[in-house]
Amino acid sequence: MNRNTNEMEIIFDSCSENEGFARVAVAAFLTQLNPTIEEVADVKTAVSEAVTNAIIHGYENEVHKISILCCTEGKTLEIAVKDNGRGIEDIEKAMQPMFTTKPELERSGMGFAFMEAFMDGLEVESAPGQGTTVKMKKIIGKGRAGWTIQPN
Amino acid sequence: MEYQVEENCLTIYLPKELDHHTTEEIRRETDRQIDRNHIKYVIFDFGETNFMDSSGIGVIMGRYRKLHLTGGEVWAAHLNERMKKILKMSGVTKIVRIYEEETK
Repeated sequence: MNRNTNEMEIIFDSCSENEGFARVAVAAFLTQLNPTIEEVADVKTAVSEAVTNAIIHGYENEVHKISILCCTEGKTLEIAVKDNGRGIEDIEKAMQPMFTTKPELERSGMGFAFMEAFMDGLEVESAPGQGTTVKMKKIIGKGRAGWTIQPN
Repeated sequence: MEYQVEENCLTIYLPKELDHHTTEEIRRETDRQIDRNHIKYVIFDFGETNFMDSSGIGVIMGRYRKLHLTGGEVWAAHLNERMKKILKMSGVTKIVRIYEEETK
């Protein structure tokens, strides 16, 4: 049977060592959509930003669980990065480029800006004390249909 | 990670992946070297680096702020296309000088 959808979920501790693991795991799952190197790099950067946010801002460097749910449908990859941390008070403000609540840690404030720039969709669900879920979407092979011979 | 000091110039040979995890140590060690050796020029060498996120931007901007006060400069060398794109997008290219050279 030729299925059009696929799903995977990983749950891991919110320690910085796992940032590399998380982005590589998502990238490996993504390969089945036959992405370009550029598309893989975009997704890796976006996942890294979301996971780093969960570690630094969500859990403030305490160790708890972060989950990543990835779904593919056709050529679309959807990623949800979820923590049960302190949540975001003002989402709109948090998403402004250069805004950071932790300048003392030299955070550049570019996390959400990078997610927005590298992905095709970004949604943030959060409330104080309720944790944060970052939902991102990437359409693989956009504008590339003409490049290759399509299967019948 | 390797650090090389020549007179008042510090070169940091960055790791393959520059993220929140790896920048913590780079920040600490770079600042220690800057203070100890009266460094005025910092060169971030991206020769081995093929991944960077906004944590990398943070560490570069932080070193710029530190050196700028004493008239120092921050340089970035051996950037691949992806790294160049990320530096441009974040606006860091306005404060950091890019060192271009024939490929090694």
